[in-house]
Amino acid sequence: MNDKIKIHIDGKECWTTDGTSIIDAAKENGIFIPSLCHVDGIKPAGSCRICNIQVNGRNMTACSTPAVDGMHIESNIPELEEMRKAIIEIMFVAGNHFCPACEKSGNCELQALGYRYQMMVPRFPYEFPEKGVNADSKYIYHDRNRCIMCKRCVRGVIKDGKHVFAFNSRGGENLHIELDTELASQLTEAEALAAMDICPVGAILKKERGYYEPIGERKYDKEPIGSEIENK
Amino acid sequence: MKDKVQNIIRNYHDDRTRLMDILLDIQAEFKCIPAEAIEVLAGQLNMSKVDVEQTLSFYHFFTYEPTGEYTVYLNDSVVAKMMGSDEIARAFEDEAGTKFGSVSEDGLVGLFETSDIGMNDQEPAALINGVPFTNLTISKVKELVAGFKAGKDVNDMVGQTGDGRNSDDLIKSMVNSNCRMQKGSVLCLEYEVGSALKRAVNITREAVIETVKSSNLRGRGGAGFPAGLKWEFCRKSNGDVSYLVCNADEGEPGTFKDRVLLTEMPEQLFEGMAIAAYAIDAKEGFLYLRAEYNYLKAYLEDVLQKMRDDNLLGDKILGSEGFNFDIRIQMGGGAYVCGEESALIESMEGKRGEPRNRPPFPVQAGYHNKPTVVNNVETLSTVVKIILHGADWFRAIGTEESAGTKVLSVSGDCRKPGVYEVEYGMTVNEMLEMVDADSVQAVQVAGPSGVCIGPDKFDQKISFEQLPTGGAMIVIGKDRDLLKEVALNYMDFFIDESCSSCAPCRSLTVILKNKLLKLMNGFGTMNDIDELYDWSKYMKQANRCGLGQTAANPIMTTIDNFRPLYEALVKTDDEFVSEFDMDKAVEASCKYVDRVPNVH
Amino acid sequence: MSKPVVATTSLAGCFGCHMSLLDIDERILELIELVEFNKSPIDDIKTFTKQCDIGLIEGGCCNRENIHISKNVRKTCKILFSLGECDLMGGLPALRNGIPVEECIREAYLDGPTVGLNKEQILPNDDELPMILDKVYPCHEIVKIDYYLPGCPPRADLIWNALVALVTGDELKLPYEVVKFD
Repeated sequence: MNDKIKIHIDGKECWTTDGTSIIDAAKENGIFIPSLCHVDGIKPAGSCRICNIQVNGRNMTACSTPAVDGMHIESNIPELEEMRKAIIEIMFVAGNHFCPACEKSGNCELQALGYRYQMMVPRFPYEFPEKGVNADSKYIYHDRNRCIMCKRCVRGVIKDGKHVFAFNSRGGENLHIELDTELASQLTEAEALAAMDICPVGAILKKERGYYEPIGERKYDKEPIGSEIENK
Repeated sequence: MKDKVQNIIRNYHDDRTRLMDILLDIQAEFKCIPAEAIEVLAGQLNMSKVDVEQTLSFYHFFTYEPTGEYTVYLNDSVVAKMMGSDEIARAFEDEAGTKFGSVSEDGLVGLFETSDIGMNDQEPAALINGVPFTNLTISKVKELVAGFKAGKDVNDMVGQTGDGRNSDDLIKSMVNSNCRMQKGSVLCLEYEVGSALKRAVNITREAVIETVKSSNLRGRGGAGFPAGLKWEFCRKSNGDVSYLVCNADEGEPGTFKDRVLLTEMPEQLFEGMAIAAYAIDAKEGFLYLRAEYNYLKAYLEDVLQKMRDDNLLGDKILGSEGFNFDIRIQMGGGAYVCGEESALIESMEGKRGEPRNRPPFPVQAGYHNKPTVVNNVETLSTVVKIILHGADWFRAIGTEESAGTKVLSVSGDCRKPGVYEVEYGMTVNEMLEMVDADSVQAVQVAGPSGVCIGPDKFDQKISFEQLPTGGAMIVIGKDRDLLKEVALNYMDFFIDESCSSCAPCRSLTVILKNKLLKLMNGFGTMNDIDELYDWSKYMKQANRCGLGQTAANPIMTTIDNFRPLYEALVKTDDEFVSEFDMDKAVEASCKYVDRVPNVH
Repeated sequence: MSKPVVATTSLAGCFGCHMSLLDIDERILELIELVEFNKSPIDDIKTFTKQCDIGLIEGGCCNRENIHISKNVRKTCKILFSLGECDLMGGLPALRNGIPVEECIREAYLDGPTVGLNKEQILPNDDELPMILDKVYPCHEIVKIDYYLPGCPPRADLIWNALVALVTGDELKLPYEVVKFD
């Protein structure tokens, strides 16, 4: 077992295998480091910046940085928690997150982080973007205004080796994620559902799949996001 | 059209990592990337259409719609505005009969704004079909547009060519180098081209690295990482192949010194690249040249060819067995963030110029995931003199932590704008005297991502330890509205130029700019100033790359150094002021239902 | 010591937040012991009769009257609570924020499937009617808000806990289940 390495996260001794990302190493050891762009099995993007941790006082993203033997990592410190909350609030105002009218409500990771960080209202002014929707393919409904641009779909929804979703433009109002309607039309129902599941928010929906679980039985109705890791 | 596009793609062997070049060629051919071309690209490169667009929509100079037979890109950055670019813009609009952001109805003239084009010492300036036109005046604009209407070739409208090698047959540009570098400094020390490379190949690769390491040469692009160490890391990375890249994507508004180095002494740069390639054992090198400097490409290609002819590039360089190295010029597509080394590599691979996560560092896994050294133009040029004169000689110049000289691009409110080479340790006051500036309110050091300082800090020394700069020094006179003309413009710049990957850089920049506007529009409170500052801190903390981390600097450093300017914007003691405007809010609905608004 | 005076009002909302307030069940009797109500649908007092200590606003601002009321409540109440998603961020009415107001009016009075009776194609423009704003504004963009209670509606326990904590000075308890955005 010489590929086992020891790291410290917030003072706690943790064991993991060499090459594991810090976020996964933390998870293995019952520590939750919040993130919105990270998803198991897909190359990390480090784009939401919420999983920022500190290694020797230097900020790094836990999803993209491999654990190295002897590393001392700070995650649950006021400076970072405050920053994470701010990023969550930024995402709430940068999109149209009408939780009461959203099919993903209760299963939404952004909303769940809002709960976990007890966001009562974002400190920033709402922007109410107008980026439109694309419902032109058979199974997918894509609401760009709910998108937090985590790139999970860009990285994870692939059909015949091609990207179904991609970034478009940069900076300012034109920026959005574009759905390839042609390619999306070839998705099977199961693939469309997988695309919906990969989206942390309600930007990608499988048609006719809204409000599936009743209130009270949804993922984050009773327990905060992360408790599945912390209570293990 | 299909055939043309297919041929272009074939020229690059259907290689999707050459997407930049393919798109550049298509844009040049059709003045846009037509929908049909996107279809062909997707088919031939086996990508989805949105994936092709992912790259093309990232770069400023790739467009979906044709940009006009004569495409004008007018610089809209701070110094351009200071020098009257707004008036020039109006003149263009009046003459061409179309607004900025659009093409005239007959398709003749397209007017577009662009961020800094590297001509700050001769603003207002524009690129017209890629050809720079500097020191624009209203009468010149009239002449130009008349020329467009007469169907003249833009190259024939240049007129008097500029100083130095700008008059070279392959450049023939009106740009002036304004090179105020002193003979005998470091970069301007006369030398015989090839002599440094000769010296290098006669010692071991390790010895070259050792010399550069002990010279304390630090990266001149801004970050200041020791060049020798970078080379050593690359050399020690386990890779069968390694690459050398010269970063000539100087996009920091206010920087133009690389343009002058490329124009006036390209041999020195390419020789420096060859030395670096020798040191890290790279066979391929790239000059990533910003799109705005496309007018230098033919000339630089020619210099490269001459150096190949002289065996300073190519196989068995200077007879050295096993030392084969050549340089390809990779053009950019107009994206400031590509000046960040890993974003530059992404761009070279045909992708969006988004900075990568670190680790791995480019020296471990860079271009095509092979160890790659990316150095700035000035850094590589300097290497030549270090090899010739030795590390001790170099270290003796400058200060303790900043060996050597720095090439500055000085512009703004001064009588002698241009490019200077100064010894590290020069104070800002000394610099201002050198460039003949008085009544100075502020100096923007290192461009928007740097700091805006006032006279109380003019005794600081230009150096890594005190006042680091990639070279941009913008002098701002007493009469300027610092917040409106400088800070606000720079926030717009960062919003436009963000690669948009990191959430805070993508969205918080907009929030900060709106808050700044709230203050400027007279709705601010003292609390707004504090919030502006506190929120800015998240940028530094949270973002991945240098652009994102410094994108709030225009606000933070002006609050640090010019807080009274902000306080003067606050018109009330109230702790809450609403920006809500009743007249505006009811205007549309009342008009639609035919009702006279009565809000008072 | 006299009891703190509470006022409540609903702007561009559905009165769901008020329903949620009633959803504290028998604790409403305790509440009446704890506070006195002034202007509020709960006691049907239509206009303020005195300065109040606590104001609860439900709903965002979609017309001129909403703006006027929120300013008036702010003036009259020492402490203002923003109640529910509509007040916090515009909520469901703000779904129209991406749509030009002309289009909204046209849909409501001319083109919508339920406007068959409007044969003369009349657009309401009487001076007595509140003028419609270009978009729905969260209240905190109009007046200063002191506390926010999110939810659609805010859970009865959240409203209860917050009011009691404020009035008694006890620490506010926020169990996971009570802070929700839907």
